[in-house]
Amino acid sequence: MKELATTPLPSQSSLGILKWVPRLEFVAIPIFAVICGFVIFSIFLVLLGKSPTDFFALVYKAGFSTAFSWQNTLSRAAPLLLAALCVALPAKLGLVVIGGEGAIALGAVAAGAIGAYLTNVSGVIALPILFLASAFTGAFWIGLVGFLRIKRGVNETIASLLMAYIAIAISNHLIESVFRDPASLNKPSTASLSEALRVGAMPIGIDVHWGFLAGLIACIVSWILVEKTTLGFSARIAGGNIRAAQVQGLPVAKLIIGFTALGGAIAGIAGFYEVTAVHGSANASVFAGYGYTGILIAFLARHNALAIVPITIMLAGFEASSGLIQRRMDLPDATILVFEGIVFVTILFSETLYGRFRFSKHEYWKAGV
Amino acid sequence: MSDVTDIGLWGVPLAIIGGAIRVSTPFLFVSLGECITERSGRINLGLEGTLIFGAMSGYAIAVNTQSPWLGVLGAAFFGMIFGLFHGWVCKFKGVNDIAIGIALMLLGNGLAFFFGKPYIQPVAPDLPAISFGWWSDIEQVRAALQVNVLFIIGLIIALFLAWGFKSTKIGLTVRVVGDSTDAARAIGLEPNKIRLLSTAAGGALAGIGGAYLSLYYPGSWNEGISSGQGLMAVALVIFARWNPINCFWVALLFGGAGALGPALQSVGISQGYYLFFAAPYVLTLGLLIATSSPNKAMESAPGELSITK
Amino acid sequence: MIKKNVTRRTFLGTSATALGATALATSSLTGFANAADLTVGFIYVGPKDDFGYNQAHAEGAAAVKAMTGVTVIEEENVPETVDVQNTMESMINFDGATLLFPTSFGYFDPHILEIAPKRPDVRFQHAAGLWSADKHPMNVGSYFGYIGMGQYLNGITAGHATKTKKIGFVAAKPIPQVLLNINSFLLGARQVDPEITCQVIFTGEWSLAVKEAEATNALADQGCDVITCHVDGPKVVMETAAGRDAFVCGYHANQGPLAPEKYLTGAEWNWASIYTGMVKTVQDGGSIDNFVRGGLAEDFIKMSPLGPSVSDTARAQFEATKAQIMAGGFAAIKGPLKDNKGNVIASEGQSFVETDIALESMDYLVEGVIGSIG
Repeated sequence: MKELATTPLPSQSSLGILKWVPRLEFVAIPIFAVICGFVIFSIFLVLLGKSPTDFFALVYKAGFSTAFSWQNTLSRAAPLLLAALCVALPAKLGLVVIGGEGAIALGAVAAGAIGAYLTNVSGVIALPILFLASAFTGAFWIGLVGFLRIKRGVNETIASLLMAYIAIAISNHLIESVFRDPASLNKPSTASLSEALRVGAMPIGIDVHWGFLAGLIACIVSWILVEKTTLGFSARIAGGNIRAAQVQGLPVAKLIIGFTALGGAIAGIAGFYEVTAVHGSANASVFAGYGYTGILIAFLARHNALAIVPITIMLAGFEASSGLIQRRMDLPDATILVFEGIVFVTILFSETLYGRFRFSKHEYWKAGV
Repeated sequence: MSDVTDIGLWGVPLAIIGGAIRVSTPFLFVSLGECITERSGRINLGLEGTLIFGAMSGYAIAVNTQSPWLGVLGAAFFGMIFGLFHGWVCKFKGVNDIAIGIALMLLGNGLAFFFGKPYIQPVAPDLPAISFGWWSDIEQVRAALQVNVLFIIGLIIALFLAWGFKSTKIGLTVRVVGDSTDAARAIGLEPNKIRLLSTAAGGALAGIGGAYLSLYYPGSWNEGISSGQGLMAVALVIFARWNPINCFWVALLFGGAGALGPALQSVGISQGYYLFFAAPYVLTLGLLIATSSPNKAMESAPGELSITK
Repeated sequence: MIKKNVTRRTFLGTSATALGATALATSSLTGFANAADLTVGFIYVGPKDDFGYNQAHAEGAAAVKAMTGVTVIEEENVPETVDVQNTMESMINFDGATLLFPTSFGYFDPHILEIAPKRPDVRFQHAAGLWSADKHPMNVGSYFGYIGMGQYLNGITAGHATKTKKIGFVAAKPIPQVLLNINSFLLGARQVDPEITCQVIFTGEWSLAVKEAEATNALADQGCDVITCHVDGPKVVMETAAGRDAFVCGYHANQGPLAPEKYLTGAEWNWASIYTGMVKTVQDGGSIDNFVRGGLAEDFIKMSPLGPSVSDTARAQFEATKAQIMAGGFAAIKGPLKDNKGNVIASEGQSFVETDIALESMDYLVEGVIGSIG
């Protein structure tokens, strides 16, 4: 099964190092697309009488130049890495789940509500409890989407979106009623977590919390799960053709529930980090739309868990530059949205280029050798 | 308002009727538009962006021309452009229609917010409404039965589409293309061209839905005007099983249920108002679960649709 | 997972070097601000021209812009997440801002409290926060105005205008500031006629256009013929209410132009006077008090010009009450007063004057308000 997964050609071994050259298109085409997007957006700026060079210099400066720029970018990226996996994992089974926001919200409320009661417990014990509580809550919520799909044939796209709105209503209700800290006067929140329950920054010199590392690990583990294990292979078979998978005796129902639940767990973990590393309690500011941004990232990454990392960092860097663009170029905050929109459309458009170039064919290189 | 009658608890059903009429129209237009697109075998998840751009462009045109109807036409035009672009890009091999839709949603929002900044402050003329409540002496009933012309046009389009899909050559063509690209090609149809036109029509309708938001209800342009209605409406098409008449009922249900929360508070029931606000979602999910079945899953779904394959 | 207090210390060391590095590196794209200028940053949670909360602050920022020796930088639509922390640091690192006005309530805890200790050289001025010396850093200040008094004056015009004796309030969330406004609005109206009741509807969000419109319609259906609100952008409420032939009272900013015939008056922020004053203090080398409050008399708030529908008797009572408030020591909440569940709020002779800090943790709706909290 493993051999099948990497689809080798019989002649590949004779190509030596050149066998990797066709893979280059997965780097070359997106870079080409991004450059095209930059050019189109530059035209937009020129039409508005603004300088594209200033713009790109500011994006670089704000998102990617100094230590603070990287702090700005990576701290924004942390929840997005996790949110994107909630879309990418079920997508391996052909499911379009767009309600990760609900799992983030409920995961955050779980961490905030339980954390409020663990005032005198050390972080070593309490944090894993909260982590698991958030993960289980998220897993339950998105797993329910998979369950409904299996048991009732309910379409997962609409169910997950409806459930996201329901989850946010439940979260708001819980935050403002049973779990509300009476001291949270003008911003209803769960009780502030004790210092022991706060997740701090990673020791890398910039203030980026551990959620970013969690996101990286989740992406890597997800990639291994999907690409390198039998389970992942079964999922991809089922994603390609559910009936064929059923005929082959694959446990399609378990796979669907498992992958949706796993995606939900990861989104729930995003909620855990928002509460323990950023907000210190659960409140309405936690549902900031990361789940929806995650949809975009997952599709841009073609649901490849490893590709989620660079895409997220690029997006986060763009977002990080929004402020400087507003302040220095006298452009509205929506400028970055337009920029992102154009770049992402060109990236997605460029997917039609795969396999069209001669260098991307093994035969081309074999002939050359 | 000296003739205001104390209607007490009757305010709740009245608000649901009124809300259904007032709030449903954007859902109706977007879901009808998406219905056409999806019947042709494509999904355009980006209608939220089209809706918002339609709201902005319609408002901007109405401010500048003082004609709300020109605003509606402009919104339809820009919506069509978004649809044409989506339809054109998706004809290329390897391009994912769902992904392009999501990116276009971002682009549509971005462009609308970008060009919409100068139009947050000015006041545009509203679209007219027809009073169907002339028979009643009660001011509240008359207010609830103020029906906007676009709502009626939406209903007519729904009926027309239902008839068209069933009984016209164009409707049949769209359905054949949506069910099987190969079969369509075999009988000499051009699937890409038909999908292009279907997506363009879908975009135009979504644009009109946006114009309703900014030019009638709530009737102003601001960046929070939509709160996800376009995305929801696209999802509702699945619930409506690609049937235009169902789209109409679903939009009514959504609008009416959305009025429940404020209406209950207005008669003094305000405990747990967040949960009442979730009524449209809970109700729809409940109906969805009740009407789905694992065996005949998506039997009316267009065969080429990537989201239900 | 390392505990936060440990990493804060390690961060302080590295951030000092990072700061030095950015100071050297910033020259290429700056050059628009004079070295001697004071750079002031304003951060808004929504769009700057929302006819409401953010617009009120942006108008204050515009007044600061007109001062000499000041560079104003602004950012809008900044969510209350790690984004605002980054925005604050970005303004400090890249633009050399030394005075920040992060204006949304939700920016305070944890975001300002996270950044302020790392940046002792920067002053953080926050609207509505409850700063206290024993809990919060000294470079953080909180300021706010007694806008409840404005809603009280709104209520007086409403009391004269209502024929149904029912007035309505569209509110975002049942938090103390909002509750004080609702209560003040009704108590003002009850100065005209003690029989008046006030219906409240909570939308649950600070900005949600369709829900605000539905809430306004629901109030009109129940016969409320004067409507006001406390949401971030009152535009939709004003237009919808006027469309239902109800009178409106404004909030945050002047919404008079939206419904000239129906607009009675409005409770507006007057940040221009406050912000220019604070900036002047810093320019002169002084320090702003950490806890600043003020009302009509201190120019923190102002009333919109009275609309054409306000009767002469209403105008007279409005002006008289306004003069009383300006004189100081005015109490809207005074005994005998019960909440709408029958609990005693203030007994005979007891009163909570506008400056009473207890009002900033209000958790009740007074008798006559139809609605409940939570």
